[in-house]
Amino acid sequence: MANYSTNEFRSGLKIMLDNDPCSIIENEFVKPGKGQAFNRVKIRNLKTGRVLERTFKSGESVEAADVLETELEYSYTDGSTWTFMDSETYEQYTADEAAVGEAIKWLVEQETYTVTLWNENPICIAAPNHVVLTITETDPGVRGDTSGGGGKPAICNTGAVVRVPLFIDQGEKIKVDTRTSEYVGRVKD
Amino acid sequence: MSNWKTNTTIETLKCRAALLNTVRHFFQKNNTLEVDTPTLSQSTTPDPNIESFTTQYNSKQYYLHTSPEFPMKRLLAAGVGAIYQICKVFRQGEVGRNHNPEFTMIEWYQPSLSYHRLMAQVDELVGELLKDKISLKETVFISYQNIFEQYLGINPFICDVNKLNGVLKENNIELVNSEIKLNKDALLDLIITHLIQPRLPKNVPVFIYDYPETQAALANIRKANGDNEFNVAERFELYINSIELANGYQELLDANEQRRRFENENKQREQADLQIIPIDENLIAALDYGIPAVSGVALGLDRLVMLATGMDSISDVIAFTIDEA
Repeated sequence: MANYSTNEFRSGLKIMLDNDPCSIIENEFVKPGKGQAFNRVKIRNLKTGRVLERTFKSGESVEAADVLETELEYSYTDGSTWTFMDSETYEQYTADEAAVGEAIKWLVEQETYTVTLWNENPICIAAPNHVVLTITETDPGVRGDTSGGGGKPAICNTGAVVRVPLFIDQGEKIKVDTRTSEYVGRVKD
Repeated sequence: MSNWKTNTTIETLKCRAALLNTVRHFFQKNNTLEVDTPTLSQSTTPDPNIESFTTQYNSKQYYLHTSPEFPMKRLLAAGVGAIYQICKVFRQGEVGRNHNPEFTMIEWYQPSLSYHRLMAQVDELVGELLKDKISLKETVFISYQNIFEQYLGINPFICDVNKLNGVLKENNIELVNSEIKLNKDALLDLIITHLIQPRLPKNVPVFIYDYPETQAALANIRKANGDNEFNVAERFELYINSIELANGYQELLDANEQRRRFENENKQREQADLQIIPIDENLIAALDYGIPAVSGVALGLDRLVMLATGMDSISDVIAFTIDEA
């Protein structure tokens, strides 16, 4: 695997740190006019999502991480792993629970997700901003009430719980913003 | 991909030009002569922390200057008196929010001023330049020893490497590669850049003076005496809003001592596998001939423009960065 020198550091660069793949968020070159130079780097651990700050002595090299972000279609789960597919090559990738993480409640078959691959293995799944879910359980809809005021919890087919307007019924499809878990609108077939 | 556009704004370019105008007026008022010395030189600084660009002329290696210091000192030996220069200087590998490999330096020498009085002059000039731009509070003058004591409760002159490593560890500053053993000066640099510089008060010019004698290749060393427990380098730095703006010295006048320091720096370069730099014999000869007692300082113009415009990256205040050049 290639190495990067600190003077190649820039945001978005993927490097290995403490045996985990990381992405550089911010690189600050710190140097007193007459002194030792350092690179103070803000890094996201791509496996845990945690952001940390680390310091390199300038001129050091660090191993590059073989990390690739790709768009994959979600296929199915066997309960302990989740399988995604490249819709062009039909190649399949299996993600574990840690990789799926928070995205688990937004996984809809045939929907496309941004999958971070490290050495060809999924380590992080990011949901699109909006997904369409089917409501499996909620209190009966109140006809005529289209004000949307108040609302009620609804359990969706993925397990996600979303607050929906009172007029929404069981079995209906709704569009949800995955960033805020908020109801966006009704989807008619 | 081609991109002809500048990163900066016309307004910023105007601010930059106005600041330069103010600088020239200031020096005219202070009877300081503008000079212009070569960018290309057959020698350069052997400072192991500064790497020069090189080029060829008549099959000889030339260096792009990293500061106009050496030729300006030769003019001082010629008896020119107080001088200043505004020029582009070049340093390899220095790229970041506050760094571009070529940048503009305002450097000046005042034979009639001690380095303490030069600090006051820097303060006056910077105050004039930033007047109406940011409301500066009263300037702080603090010694290197006192600022370490104030921020970290340690005396940098007494502390050994273990103590400094301990302070860094306590503050969660550790090098990624734990096999790298930094020497004492590099550890002090790590502490000042990571634990002191970012915590300096806002809108306050802070002058730090009297550095460890190992951190001043071109400054006069004042030996320990009744008032001072330690040998110190008569050097100062100016910080505003955590940005290092200026570095100045009571200049070293002794030719033999200067040669010893250059040779010592070349030894450090050798140990670090860096290229050996030929000693600037013209500078040594000028010191040998004799230059008057003099203090000198270099002030970064681009960073001043950053402060004056409120921009937080050097790329916002120069027409084109190295990547766009």
